Amino acid sequence: MMNSLKFKQILIKNLSELSLSFWIGLILIAIFISLALISFFWTPYDITLLEISERLKTPSLNYILGTDHFGRDILSMIMIGARTSIAVAIIAVGIGLIFGIPLGLIAAAQRGGFIDDLIMRFNDLVFAFPALVIAIIITAILGPGAVNAILAIGVFNIPVFARVARGAALTQWSREYILAAKVCGKGSWLISIEHIFPNIINILIVQGTIQFSLGILAEAGLSYVGLGAQPPIPSWGRMLADSQTMISLAPHIAIFPGMAIVLMVLGLNLMGDGLRDFFDPKLKGSGK
Amino acid sequence: MLNYLLRRIVSLLITLVISSVVIFVSLEIIPGDPASYMLGINAQPDTIEALREELGLNRNKFERYLVWVKNMISGDFGISYTYRSPVNEMVLERLRVSLPLALLALFISTMIAIPVGIYAAANYGKPSDFSIMGLTQFGIALPNFWFAILLVYLFAIILRWFSAGGFTGWDEGILLGLKSLTLPAISLALPQASILSRVMRSSLLETLNEDFIKTARAKGLSENQSLLRHGVRNALIPVFTILGLQFSFLIAGAIIIENVFFLPGLGRLIFQSIAQRDLIVVESVIMLLVFAVVTVNFLIDIAYLIIDPRLRVKSL
Repeated sequence: MMNSLKFKQILIKNLSELSLSFWIGLILIAIFISLALISFFWTPYDITLLEISERLKTPSLNYILGTDHFGRDILSMIMIGARTSIAVAIIAVGIGLIFGIPLGLIAAAQRGGFIDDLIMRFNDLVFAFPALVIAIIITAILGPGAVNAILAIGVFNIPVFARVARGAALTQWSREYILAAKVCGKGSWLISIEHIFPNIINILIVQGTIQFSLGILAEAGLSYVGLGAQPPIPSWGRMLADSQTMISLAPHIAIFPGMAIVLMVLGLNLMGDGLRDFFDPKLKGSGK
Repeated sequence: MLNYLLRRIVSLLITLVISSVVIFVSLEIIPGDPASYMLGINAQPDTIEALREELGLNRNKFERYLVWVKNMISGDFGISYTYRSPVNEMVLERLRVSLPLALLALFISTMIAIPVGIYAAANYGKPSDFSIMGLTQFGIALPNFWFAILLVYLFAIILRWFSAGGFTGWDEGILLGLKSLTLPAISLALPQASILSRVMRSSLLETLNEDFIKTARAKGLSENQSLLRHGVRNALIPVFTILGLQFSFLIAGAIIIENVFFLPGLGRLIFQSIAQRDLIVVESVIMLLVFAVVTVNFLIDIAYLIIDPRLRVKSL
């Protein structure tokens, strides 16, 4: 009870303290999430209909962002692509949170012990494989697809969150209120859940936004090389791969999906920076 | 110190051994028999059997793992199933593209990032600092392959200064080779440089609060002199850490960028080999990449001990 109260206080703490960068980031993300949600009910054009007569049209009033080499409306493609991108990144972050945080908390609770060592060595092992290499191995075994892209990015997120949670939890364990909790007779499990976790949530939220933005970039990269969502499901990376051969004829089809990626990632990074400054004003402006 | 070094080496070896098991086991699961894949659908069962024998595919898995590791240690990466040529020759051939690409990208990104970071820190809080930080935010958000496509459009299609892809090889002259690696290296380097310059800036800002900078100012050095002579050197340590962590991103980035520019590097080799079920090549190249990442991080840990004597005492 006490802890959820404390967290609420932090949240309610004057919203005006949130920086401009947070709000810009939030607006950018809100735009893309709404585009993705709207695309479930409505898109300007039906992207399953290929209108070859309308192919490679430059932006106009009819097609705000133009059409691609199959005559599909690029705005509609970007809207549906946002769905793929966001879904892959969110689930991948979720995998990292669900497995990484408990690992990190256990490691911190057993600090210096055998389990801590084991978890940290496991982390080193996963870090030795760049996310793309994990993706390549998974795709080689299971074949390409959005689910395997999620797995690859998610597996890489586990050690990231484990490490961050462990580091943050370790500083909490040395605090006096933890000593008080120990004196009350609480075991390390209970302390981890009731006291440590609520106090490291800020740091985890900030890391979550960072991993979310890295996930968007990774998904785009994987689908660009053909390891992500498979056609006909639109994805931003796939659209860029298709645009490459067409670029001298129609540069606009290479520009808009790329801008979508940049703005989405930029939004997440700005929001992450804003949140970090909000939670920890000491770091303000250090750009770390 | 020696104790610490020994412990690090042991954990390095353990990581490598477990990695090799993970790679071997994962690729063993892959459906499809390389021998029947190589011979096509019309092959006679006894020809396939003979080829399996020749490739050592019908020995038991554990035995094959041991042979694989033993040969790798002695520098023998096996024979490619598809090309029938030694894997280490193929890898060396591809490294002649991938390694210079990675080094060139690393060079460009540090050459941009360090001065930009210093400049931003020296102008802390001024409009120039603010605009540089804004630009780096864009740089971080930029997917390198999209940036690469834009560079190709501008410099290869409109201006015609560079070719849109491919590699001329080193035999035609080093300059020509470097020219075909320039656009790929820039597209790898710029997003990296954005991250690095932010790290450089914040690390320098932190250093400037240290006592030895105050001493330098007190003994009469100007603000810029003390920043350049004492600040920068001390601020470089975190930059090197990030550089090491970025190494695995650089490898991943290079794999994608090689695909954008059709460069015959390691990245393209992996994709080709997967498509052709040339598992021995996939295994060896991935193992090599993992080895590179682990070793670089190990070397950076060791470099700390050399740069910062305080750590030597702590780790005793």
